[in-house]
Parts: sequence; structure tokens; C-alpha cells
Amino acid sequence: MAKDVAVIGIGHTKFSSMTPDLGWKEFMFEACQKAYIDAGIDPRKDVDSFITCAEDYWEGFSIFDEFVPDQIGATLRPCCTVCGDGINGLGNAFMQIKTGQLNVVTVEAHSKISDLLTFGDVILHSYDPLFDRPITGPIERQHYVGDPSYPKKSPKPIVGKTDEKARIHPYFLAGLEMQYYLQKTKTTEEQCAKVVVKNKKNAFNNPIATYEANVDVDDVMSSEYLFKPIKRLDISPNVDGAIAFVLADEETAKGLDVEPIWLKGFGWCSETPWLSTRSMDAGYATMASKMAYKMAGLTNPKKEIDIAEVDDRFSFKELQHLEAIGLADPDNASNMLEEGALEVKGSLPTNISGGSLGIGNCFEATGLQKALEIVIQLRGQAGKRQVSDAEIGIAQSWRSIPTGTGAVAIFGR
Amino acid sequence: MKKVAVIGAGMTLFRRRLLETGKELSYLATKMAMEESGIEKKDIDMVVMGSAPDAFDGIHMKGENLLDGAAAANKPYIRVFNGGGTSVFSPIAGWWHVASGVADVVLVVCEEKMGSCFPHPQTAFQHIWDPILDRPLHPNLVWLFAMEMNRYMTVHKIKKEDIARVAVKNKRNAVGHPCAQLADEKITIEDVLNSEVMAWPVQRLDISPPSDGASALILCSEEKARKLSTEPAWIDGVGWNIDSTMWTNRDLYYPRYVENAAKMAYKMAGIQNPRKEIDFAEPYDPFDYKELHHMEGLLLCDKGEAPILTREGVTERDGDLPICPSGGLLGVGNPIAATMGQKVCELYWQLTGKAGKRQIPTDPSVGVGQAWGDIMQMGTVIVMRRG
Repeated sequence: MAKDVAVIGIGHTKFSSMTPDLGWKEFMFEACQKAYIDAGIDPRKDVDSFITCAEDYWEGFSIFDEFVPDQIGATLRPCCTVCGDGINGLGNAFMQIKTGQLNVVTVEAHSKISDLLTFGDVILHSYDPLFDRPITGPIERQHYVGDPSYPKKSPKPIVGKTDEKARIHPYFLAGLEMQYYLQKTKTTEEQCAKVVVKNKKNAFNNPIATYEANVDVDDVMSSEYLFKPIKRLDISPNVDGAIAFVLADEETAKGLDVEPIWLKGFGWCSETPWLSTRSMDAGYATMASKMAYKMAGLTNPKKEIDIAEVDDRFSFKELQHLEAIGLADPDNASNMLEEGALEVKGSLPTNISGGSLGIGNCFEATGLQKALEIVIQLRGQAGKRQVSDAEIGIAQSWRSIPTGTGAVAIFGR
Repeated sequence: MKKVAVIGAGMTLFRRRLLETGKELSYLATKMAMEESGIEKKDIDMVVMGSAPDAFDGIHMKGENLLDGAAAANKPYIRVFNGGGTSVFSPIAGWWHVASGVADVVLVVCEEKMGSCFPHPQTAFQHIWDPILDRPLHPNLVWLFAMEMNRYMTVHKIKKEDIARVAVKNKRNAVGHPCAQLADEKITIEDVLNSEVMAWPVQRLDISPPSDGASALILCSEEKARKLSTEPAWIDGVGWNIDSTMWTNRDLYYPRYVENAAKMAYKMAGIQNPRKEIDFAEPYDPFDYKELHHMEGLLLCDKGEAPILTREGVTERDGDLPICPSGGLLGVGNPIAATMGQKVCELYWQLTGKAGKRQIPTDPSVGVGQAWGDIMQMGTVIVMRRG
């Protein structure tokens, strides 16, 4: 593995809860254009490969890859879709560059979740159809017998009963996992509420954040239980936006007028898809982080890592993930939170961007949002939320309910 | 760049397989590949999954659901996807896992279960169109390809029977393939020309059938290959390329994206004259004209020359340039991503002399496999060489 890999360009759109005025193509164009300007390169000449991280169901297409090339400059160029989180995209770009055959690779991920009218139903479709889907209760669907001429002249979408109140929302799984986490680690609901308070407050200093708020623990505790013990404010709300990264090999990076931030290591892992046989304590993050630490040559990550962005799509997940990736001792993440270690001036500033709780859940772009914050911090461009003397940062992601899949990336100056 | 070896392959029977789930199909192919290469689950460092639209199975994040069937539980696992191109793109993704030095042994599994899409897999393709520009026309893949075929025939003044010849060749080649769905020893050009017209000039026997199945491939680094296998095949070059989404803005008579992908792969493999240096090819043949189209895109002949070569018998299994000796998609079946079995596994079997009844008699040493995907816009190419 001769070549080192650097981040040479980053770009992102504004994040917003509703974006009826923009299409996903415009999002992708804006993020990529900004990343190319940031890197000072021309995608039509200088970029060797393009990667988009997307899932068909989120996009509402059967083959989303079709709609990628034009707006990111990839027409008649090598371009592909990785069905994974943004950090998986960075990982594949990393490997492509390490082969020595490709020098500059673009990674893009986006969310246009506000277009989706049946969010809970789509999540439910990621549960195993035979074993897990029935758990959420009866699923009524308009019954249609096999009419081979379907669709007839005007194909009408087949819409079943989408009243989510009639069933349990598939996020119930997060409630079960939180219950397990609280019992196992003796963490309290109030401590998880403090994660929400911290992240929503941090988001005030991040111009891309949408869900910044001055809430206190009582506000979180008094919000309604949705998936007990998860309350409304424990859940990251959905958001639209796009993020793009440009990665390059050492030689190319040094020839450009940007401060390269090195992608020193990454790891990714999937646990079994069966809800009944997987660990409930983020084993995927533990395995992915071990791989990443090894690749980056970190022997004592607790000391070596200066800043962390971990997945916090449910408030307890931030604490659980910190323990899983070994940055907090087992059962100790809540104490670190109470001691202020996770604040901007603490010993391990965590989710200073505001995290998913403050910025919003941007689906496959979530990992890139974590990576984006680390790169901005390491470049020293974070403004009011700048962490002083950050040298090494970690970005961790999870593919959310119901998966046991996650990835980790380690960046250094 | 590290050298990447192929040390084992597996492929299930292609049929409508309603009794098995996608996971089970993946398992069957994985098991075959592991047995052929003599490695076990613990030896596999990482897994790459290839599978086409989630809509076939009605499972969101289908890759996540399939992973334990592909021996990927508790391992680094990723799914790549670019429509039909996935069948050759998945091993390309496997290639960069090994060539980068990140992994030593990578399992590539491609699975497709179209049979559960009700009432017909075509319904999943209703959602591949631009919602504003294309969907109001109620398009369908067969008529889209009919336009491309018509354009190709018009530009080069090709007769329908010269195209039908490809279907005949491939369905005959598939005889003896243990996975084949539509092998037919006795098929004639008249049979193809007399079959039901779907959308002129496409007739029923011009099209490969939808199918269920899976295929698997084991890739590893040079050091590992030397230890494990006496006769690996080597991946020498890979290429992939995508054209604009706007298919209406392109001249459909020639696949430029395939040419670009092929040039990328040939450059990596050090191939300067593909016509001389390549011994056989597995171009993607979901429709019979596509084989010809892709031979031209792969620079194996001039534009418009492919039907002539086919007529002269050059592309038969015992000809100078065997094309689709596996029987291709037309003969073996088209479970979209799982056609890695014909396009890449076949290269491995032919190059290592394991193709049995399908073995090319002239002892080939360099083969090229290619797939095509998205809306007629994605080309993926792999070049393999005998050890």
C-alpha cells in the first residue's frame, strides 16, 4: 500500500427539513461543484472515478445509478453506486486509489427524504419479509390477483393501508435496544436526554444545522414516549441535503493548493441481519473500529484521538457507540458526558457539529456528515465551534434501523 | 497494484425458484465456490455482494438482508449496484479490495431473485424511468431496446436473420451447461424469426428469460493464491464507464461507454491490439443484437462487422474468436446480477480448463467479460488471463 490518501475537497448544500424547490439532481450538482471548487480541480479532466452512496427505496427508483452521472460530471467516465453509508463510499474510494490505477475519486451522498410520503413503510421494507416484518402487526395491503396484463393503460400505483397508527412503527427496535443499553450500563434516561441537549446546543454554531434548539433535560424528558424509553426528542428528525468529498493520492494532493487531510484508516462491518441473533451493543462498530485503528496504526485510540463524530440518530446511540469504538470504557460513556468530557473544551469533543440530533438524519449522507465535520475541524475552519489542536479525528456511522452495519473512518492532519 | 487471482467459482441452476429465498440462493453459490477453491468461511476477509433492484424482492436495503447467505456475517461487507452492469462490476469491486492490499481473500456473490416480483419482473422496471420526461410515455424495457436494435440494424443495414443467428448460437452453446434454462440443441433461425413479436424488431426468442439464481467467485492476493491453488486465473484489467442518463440524447447505434470501459481495462492489462490478443469473449447478451453491439464496443471488430463474423462462424465455440461459449444470457438465463456466472465465472472455468462440455478447444489464454446496465448507459469490463 504505497500511496497515502488525502481529502482534497469537500462540498455540501444547505440542509433543510423541506426542500420542495429543489430536486436531488440539483442537490448533487451543488455539493459536487462546491467540492471541485474547494479542491481546485475540473471533474471532466481530473477526476478518475465517481462513487454515489444510495439506496433505491430512499430515492424512489428501481435503478438509481442511472440518474447519477450528468449532474456530478461523470458522463462517459467511471462511475458507480455503492449501496452503503457515505463512509463506505469513502472506503471504496480509498481502496480504488490504493490500487494505484486511479488517482482522484469523488464520493457523493445525499438525502431527499422529504419526498418520501411513507417513511415508516419503507423502513419496514428493510425488515426480513418472512420473520421480522410481521412483528410490527398486521400489514394490510390491497389484494390483487395475478393479472398478467398489469399495468393496464394507466398504471395506478398500488397503495395499501399506510395508516402507521394501526401498527407499530419499525423504530420500535431502537426502543428495545435502548432499554437493553440502559439496563446493562446503568445509564439513565436523563443522561441520554443530556446528549440531546448538548448536540442541539452545539448545532447553534454550525451553519448547516437545521434542528438547533435551546432545550433542557426537562424538555426532553417531558416529550412524549414514542418507543419507550425513546421519546420524541431522542430521535433525530429527517433532513434533506447533499455532501461530496474529493479524495486523491499523495502526489496529486501535494500538487494542489489545499491542505490535505489524510484518510489514515477505515473499517466497516456487518452483523447478521437477524434481529434475534445479533448483539444489541453495536458489535459492528467495535469490529469496524478495530480494523480502522489497525490500518491507521493507532495503538491507544483513547489518547490519540482528539475529536469524535459518532452516530447519534437516537440519543443513546452516541453513548453506546463511544463505548463500542473503545473511546469510552464500558458503561462509562454517561459519566464522561456528565463530566463534560464530550463538550468542545472537554477531553473528547463529540458531535460538535450538532450530530444527527442537531443537524438531522440525512440517511446515506450521515457518514459523510460525520466525516465532513472532522475534516472541517482538522482544517481549522470550524469557526465558533473549533476544537483547539485537533490532530486526529474519528467519524463513525451506522446504517440505522434495522441494520447491524457500520463503518469508521480516521482522519489526520 | 497487487495482482489479483481468481481461485474458485460457483453457480446455481437458473430457473424460477420459488422455494428458495435470495439468501439460500446466495448460500448455494457461495458453498460451491468455497468447495472448488478449498477455502473456508474463516479464510474470507471481506465480502462483496452484487444484486440488482430491491424492487424485485420488495426488500429495502436488500444487500443487508442477503448478507448472511453470503457468508458475510461479522465481516466487512458491501453491496455495489449499477443495474445489469452489476454482474461484472461486483468482481471489479472485489478486485479493488485485493489490489489495494486491504484484503487478502474476498468472496464476491451475485444474487438475483426475479421470480418473486409479481406479476412479472417487468413491473419493477416501471420505476427506472425519469418521472417527468419518460414515465408519462409508459415505457417498457422491450420497446426501449427495440429502438436501439432498430437503430443498429438501420445504420449498418443488418438483416434480422443475422441477428437471430446469435440467439441460435448461444442457445446451442448452452447445451451441456449444468445451470442452463433455455439450452436448445435443435433451435433454428426460422424458430427465432417465427417467434412472437414483442416490439418490432424484438421477438420472443431474441430475449433472454428472467430467472432466479446466484453465482460466486473467490478472489485472492498472489501470495495466497500460490498457497491455495495450483491453477488460478488472473484479473489483468478492469474498466467501467457510464453514459448520460438522457438516452434520448445519444446515438444508440454504438455503445461508447463500453468502448471507454474496454479501453480502461485494456490499458490496465497492457493489451494494445484486442483483436489479436484476446482469445475469447463473454459480451453481455440479454438480447441477441446486444452481443454484436458489445463486440463492436469491446473493439473486437469494426462497427457493423460483428454480424458478418457471426455469419461466417468466427464466433462459434470452435471459431477463431469464440463469443459467449457459456451460452450467455440467451441460453443460460438472465437473473440480472447473477449472470456473473456466464460473464466472469465462465472466463475462470475456460482459462483453467474446467469448462467441461463447453471448453473451447483451442486452449485460450486471455478472455474478456463484459456487462451492460442502467438505461443502456453502463459498461463494465474485466480482462482475465491464464496463470
